[in-house]
Amino acid sequence: MSKELLKGNEAIVVGAILAGCRSYFGYPITPASEIAETAALLMPKVGGTFIQAESEIGAINMVYGAASCGQRTMTASSSPGISLKQEGISYCACAELPCVVVDIMRGGPGLGNIGPEQADYNQMVKGGGHGNYKVVCLAPNGAQEMCDLTMLAFDLADTYRNPVAILADGFIGQMMEPVEIPAPVIDLPEKKWAVKGTGDTRDNLISSIYLKHDDLEAQIHKLYAKYNEIEKAEVRFEEYRLDDCEYVAVAYGIVSRILMSAIDEARDAGIKIGMLRPITLWPFPNARLRELSRHVKGMLVAECSTGMLIDDVKLAIECSVPVRLYSRVGGNIPSATELGIAIRQLQEELP
Amino acid sequence: MKDVFKKPDSFFDEFSRSAGVDKEATHYCPGCGHGNLHKLVAEAIDDLGIVDRTVFVSPVGCSVFGYYYFHVGNVQAAHGRAPAVATGVRRALPQSIVISYQGDGDLAAIGANEILQAANRGELMTVIFVNNAIYGMTGGQMAPTTLLGQKTTTTPYGRKIANEGYPLRVSELLSTLTAPVYIERCTLEDSKTIMKTRKAIRKALEYQISGKGFSLVEVLSPCPTGWEIEPLASREWLTKNMVSVFPPGVYKERTDAEPRTMEPLKVLNAQEVLGALNMSAGPDQRVASIPPDFPTHELVLAGFGGQGVLLLGQLLTKSSMTEGKFVSWLPSYGPEMRGGTANCHVVVSRRRIGSPFVPRPTLLIAMNQPSLEKFADSVRPGGMVVYDSSFVKTASIPSHVTPVPIPFSEIANQLGNAKTANMVAAGAIIALTGITEEESFTALIKKLRKKELIETNLKALAAGRESALALGIQVAGVGIH
Ligand SMILES: Cc1ncc(C[n+]2csc(CCOP(=O)(O)OP(=O)(O)O)c2C)c(N)n1
Ligand code: SF4
Repeated sequence: MSKELLKGNEAIVVGAILAGCRSYFGYPITPASEIAETAALLMPKVGGTFIQAESEIGAINMVYGAASCGQRTMTASSSPGISLKQEGISYCACAELPCVVVDIMRGGPGLGNIGPEQADYNQMVKGGGHGNYKVVCLAPNGAQEMCDLTMLAFDLADTYRNPVAILADGFIGQMMEPVEIPAPVIDLPEKKWAVKGTGDTRDNLISSIYLKHDDLEAQIHKLYAKYNEIEKAEVRFEEYRLDDCEYVAVAYGIVSRILMSAIDEARDAGIKIGMLRPITLWPFPNARLRELSRHVKGMLVAECSTGMLIDDVKLAIECSVPVRLYSRVGGNIPSATELGIAIRQLQEELP
Repeated sequence: MKDVFKKPDSFFDEFSRSAGVDKEATHYCPGCGHGNLHKLVAEAIDDLGIVDRTVFVSPVGCSVFGYYYFHVGNVQAAHGRAPAVATGVRRALPQSIVISYQGDGDLAAIGANEILQAANRGELMTVIFVNNAIYGMTGGQMAPTTLLGQKTTTTPYGRKIANEGYPLRVSELLSTLTAPVYIERCTLEDSKTIMKTRKAIRKALEYQISGKGFSLVEVLSPCPTGWEIEPLASREWLTKNMVSVFPPGVYKERTDAEPRTMEPLKVLNAQEVLGALNMSAGPDQRVASIPPDFPTHELVLAGFGGQGVLLLGQLLTKSSMTEGKFVSWLPSYGPEMRGGTANCHVVVSRRRIGSPFVPRPTLLIAMNQPSLEKFADSVRPGGMVVYDSSFVKTASIPSHVTPVPIPFSEIANQLGNAKTANMVAAGAIIALTGITEEESFTALIKKLRKKELIETNLKALAAGRESALALGIQVAGVGIH
């Protein structure tokens, strides 16, 4: 049988191992702990490393070390832990170290709760650490994508020498769904820049210091040239029932799943609405949204945060049509019924 | 005769990476201990023949530019995190030699946890710990090692016990751990103590080379600039003030430590990777034959923790999956489960599943009274509430749903295993709803490792089926069509 019933969190580790990741460094936190537990179980079986680090800070810095040696490596956590990793992510970005950071978001701010939320949007998509940098941000909405996008994350990280984030919520992490297992990646890209403890890599240096202002400016420009490439080549999204639509709804992660149900019901009731689901939150599907904005009467953004995704939607379409927000927070998620009401209100307001 | 001016191979002849104009001078202040120490480390790297294998981790502090000087693999780390970075390096490169070179702010303040934990894990690394009783790089602020009464820019009245506590003794602290194999404190006062430091550094590296474990050399080192003392006088100051607070000596040495052999990481082929995961790759080849009128079932299963409701939900999900249906399983997670109740949401459909979250189930399986009370009202009209009547004494169930009382636990008890109540429930649910074929479910049970369990579970399943059929309930229509 090639289909496995896996938790989203488990699928991430399976995807990572299939992608050739051979070290995991993490610190337990609900609702992300199964990622560490699964890595602890599986990494030794493939000759890899698992370390329960002393903290999220320790974990991201171990990732920094392993990535410096060219190894495919990762860490995972949930919101408060991701806050602690931000300094390290900024270092990885400046030193151009490929690595994968998974965030299974929970309710915040503060200790908040362990329910699903999407309020790390800004700290992940906008780069929550210090300095000018960006992190490619992938947003799976089911177990299959948790596996597939994790594999993609390692490829993107290596291609662009940049950290790549997987941004999911507690429900996507905890949910079990069938996963078709992709073939393992065996031929990994060669990394001539890596420090390998060998004579021919003695000249290699991994660092994020650029003491001279001009040097740092040049490095930042180099990063942004790379980010331009990423924006051109790596935008990914899914369209759902968008043909002939008069309204567009935008959501990612668990909310996009619920929105699908709400859209089906709205379509049955004759409302012409479809969904655009960003799979990459950065780079954001700006062009497609702009195109859609020319043909529709309005947009609805549904998110489990107080209005973060909506900012990017408004920027993408330059506020050319009205955009409304439906938001639930605190560990609550919108029901299909609530989203159905929001869709009807949108139609009534913009007939 | 050995040319005393010849630079070691592991030390650059010219510091071309330096941001300074003079590419021959180090960036350190006159009289600074870092320069001496760099030389000792570089010589040891050369003499021990580990130039190619060495990775030098520079922290944040005055030695942040270690890579200007050491011609070995270099990784520059965030403030305090060098031991974590070195851990990542060491694990990725089992055959490397890793040196983490850290100041006292870096190691004993912001990075205190990283060093403690790396030492406690017994990471194969060598730490050179420069104790200069001050923050050099940032301009002479207090370090955890700053002496009592010592004036710094952040202890302008001198370090006070009441406000800042006592100087932190790192070598003493770390030698209380079991894992480290070698911890010595040395000083850079004069040529004699420098020779001792030289020896200690070699020994520390040898412990790593032989795979014995974590080693650390603490070096009392002058910082004339931070201390605001003339370079020459700073050595005397060190002798006079620091040595009594931080007595030199070997704090830990485990010559008998078991050496670890570090094999290079094995690269597995595709078959080996899948074998390790116990999975096979590729698209699902089976052709699903789901009846066109198969409805979408949305289930809530709830009960006490330990009644196996999460597993029951998983098995129904998995069984339906093997028939090619679309499925999802979503648990309640975290502390709520510790409170004694557990529940999960299951969706089984012939179409792609939107929301895996089930606020309005077509079917509620309540294994106890609180679960019934909590969820009965949420069941959709035309839906069904199946509950364990062994525990539920007063059921108030909305009139628009079909109540199905079955004493799952009593039946399981009669069969001799109370734990199989969830399997009795499975038998009943399958018979009542057709959510999955009993055959598919049985196939899953047969994969259980313990043979006795297979028998009992199959019996429980059959008993559940019979108990449901005996009720003679007309079930067509459950689910969303
Ligand atoms: C997160 C963070 N906090 C603070 C600093 C500023 N900082 C740089 S070096 C340093 C102290 C260095 O002192 P020490 O480790 O004793 O090394 P020394 O300069 O004395 O060799 C501090 C506080 C920083 N770079 N990063
Ligand atoms: S400030 Fe102190 S530690 Fe830093 S280079 Fe100068 S003397 Fe050395």
